[in-house]
Amino acid sequence: MSETTPEQLTGAQSLIRALEYADVDVVFGIPGGAILPAYDPLMDSTKVRHILVRHEQAGGHAAEGYAAATGRVGVCMATSGPGATNLVTPIADAHMDSVPLVAITGQVPSSAIGTDAFQEADIRGITMPITKHNFLVTDPAEIPRAIKEAFHLASTGRPGPVLVDISKDALQATSAFHWPDRIDLPGYHPVTRPHSKQVREAARLILESRRPVFYVGGGVIRANASPQLFRLAEMTGIPVVTTLMARGAFPDDHPLHLGMPGMHGTVSAVGGLQKSDLLITLGARFDDRVTGKLSSFAPDASIIHVDIDPAEISKNRVADVPIVGDVGEFMTELISVIAEDQAAGRFGDYEAWWATLSHWLETYPLGFDLPDDGSLSPQYVIQRLGQISGPESVYTAGVGQHQMWAAQFIRYAHPRTWLNSGGLGTMGYAVPAAMGAKVGLPDTTVWAVDGDGCFQMTNQELATCSINDIPIKVALINNSSLGMVRQWQTLFYNERYSQTDLHSHRFPDFVKLAEAYGCHGLQCDSPEQVDVTIEKALSLNDAPVVIDFVVHKDAMVWPMVAAGTSNDDIMVAREMAPSWDRED
Amino acid sequence: MSRHTLSVLVEDKPGVLARVASLFSRRGFNIESLAVGPTEIPDVSRMTIVVSVESLPLEQVTKQLNKLINVLKIVELDEDSSVQRQILLVKVKTDLEARSQILEVVQLFRAKVVDVALDAVTIEATGNHDKLTALLRLLEPFGIKEIVQSGMVAVSRGGRSITDRSVRPVDRSA
Repeated sequence: MSETTPEQLTGAQSLIRALEYADVDVVFGIPGGAILPAYDPLMDSTKVRHILVRHEQAGGHAAEGYAAATGRVGVCMATSGPGATNLVTPIADAHMDSVPLVAITGQVPSSAIGTDAFQEADIRGITMPITKHNFLVTDPAEIPRAIKEAFHLASTGRPGPVLVDISKDALQATSAFHWPDRIDLPGYHPVTRPHSKQVREAARLILESRRPVFYVGGGVIRANASPQLFRLAEMTGIPVVTTLMARGAFPDDHPLHLGMPGMHGTVSAVGGLQKSDLLITLGARFDDRVTGKLSSFAPDASIIHVDIDPAEISKNRVADVPIVGDVGEFMTELISVIAEDQAAGRFGDYEAWWATLSHWLETYPLGFDLPDDGSLSPQYVIQRLGQISGPESVYTAGVGQHQMWAAQFIRYAHPRTWLNSGGLGTMGYAVPAAMGAKVGLPDTTVWAVDGDGCFQMTNQELATCSINDIPIKVALINNSSLGMVRQWQTLFYNERYSQTDLHSHRFPDFVKLAEAYGCHGLQCDSPEQVDVTIEKALSLNDAPVVIDFVVHKDAMVWPMVAAGTSNDDIMVAREMAPSWDRED
Repeated sequence: MSRHTLSVLVEDKPGVLARVASLFSRRGFNIESLAVGPTEIPDVSRMTIVVSVESLPLEQVTKQLNKLINVLKIVELDEDSSVQRQILLVKVKTDLEARSQILEVVQLFRAKVVDVALDAVTIEATGNHDKLTALLRLLEPFGIKEIVQSGMVAVSRGGRSITDRSVRPVDRSA
């Protein structure tokens, strides 16, 4: 392995060696024709563990879950053609949610590229719009450089997915292995240090504002900047909202926390943004699910927008103080500027603002009604799960009602404990992401809170979990329907339930399915059994556990800002709007 | 909507043209003209891209372009402080009678005839967008059989080069 006398390795050996140099400890993948040469030296690696998944999509989501839970780069591997195209969904997911991911795909031999060869797909072309960057490598000598650059790109600046497509002949041919000692990417210079003049300008606006809010996005979690956020919030007394991607960035039980904003956000978080005069936007991107109708979003607010990606700034809402840089570095600098202000006796005056906010917090807490017929409420199940398993557990979710309830009713205290598909909204994310998170954090309890629709998209990975000793726990919120779509049909399509009844109270039998996959299968359909069932699941650690919570199907996610409407028109419950002005 | 000319320095890597072109179409911008060629620096190519777009979306597309790893630098060239040229080949119907009138137009525009047949002449003209549009308008009545046009190329006036450090790129940071 000496640098002076380079070893002659096959491309496949170079690839595995490069992954070892990149400190990869786990790869999720499935072999196939074009990637086959790489799987031979992989068998001998003592550093890289390969986990054989059952579907490439799940391999990609597992790598995402691993990355989101640990902060390291997740790695997945697939063969050419259908193997590679099955990775498209998780790659797009990682692109939307800024997850550091390296996807390695085999490609047909370079002489066959472009001939419509067996299992050929132009995966580099296909993934161009959904990767941060991608490579097609046909020369074995180029493999180490491509891998090194891929890991660098995936993990620095705004994190994201990078795909490395390697032709089969490049994997088979021999070249001298050389791990490059430097990165040569002349077009890539992420700005991490914020402009100090802009930081002072931000501090000035914060001091002058009367109704400021920290609008916190997933960037704060990606940047490991929760400690700075905590300090900043406490020293200023400014309220905090955490978006769907930022749940856990700031403790839910903190009195400064207004909750989650957006389509299913709390009244105080949505109202807090809406009536604010200054949004201190930290690693968030003014997504439509947060802003509602953009033209009426936070009409009186000035905008400080901090992001590592210049293209996010002023994309949807024009920033008054644009700041490109690492959000953690920004907050560290801001803390010292504000500390100077405070030492000189200059404090912001947010008393009147807090009077309003406290009124909202008191009047419009998150809540739900229990069904009259004694059947199980999905919100109650999720709330109890969070209370019993606690904030040290990791929770993943699929997409839909159960996802929103898991974001609302589990009380998070730490970053990287809530993993979900926010931007792309990928059903089927929960089980494989939980698997990846559990591989990265084997000593942590990992729950997949999943819906019966989502679960049936990727539950084949229970086999992977059973075989590889990855004891995840699945809380299946089984309302026998595509619940969120059904909710929209209830509200906007005259209760015409077109194609949303999955009949999953009849088929499949989820307990039997769990057992067939070597998992413990539990079922719970009454409120009295909820606690004991969750406790039972927590006591079973020799295999994965699936709890089929049979819940009633008419529960809806509230509050709600209907798509395309203004945040001002948030409904607390059906036909119930909050009153914004104090009545005292 | 106004017309903007972007000079984009890129690494000469496979797929870079596809990356740039697909980015424009994905974000909903029509490229009016595109020209690519080598530069004075080995392995660096230069694209000249003309787009019709408002200035705020242009800023967004420029930032998105800057995110492409193979893009090295983007400079917007405005018409007043740059020289902009494209080449036009146009085949015009003619007969003996019309030919002299066509040649007169050719001379007025400092264009040249590059091929003559009994029933047609082919004219080569170089210029900016306005000049070539005006030429085509005058040739139209004779009957245009075929038009082929290159993409616009553009270079700033004065002694400085786009590859100088001192030439400020647009939107490297917000």
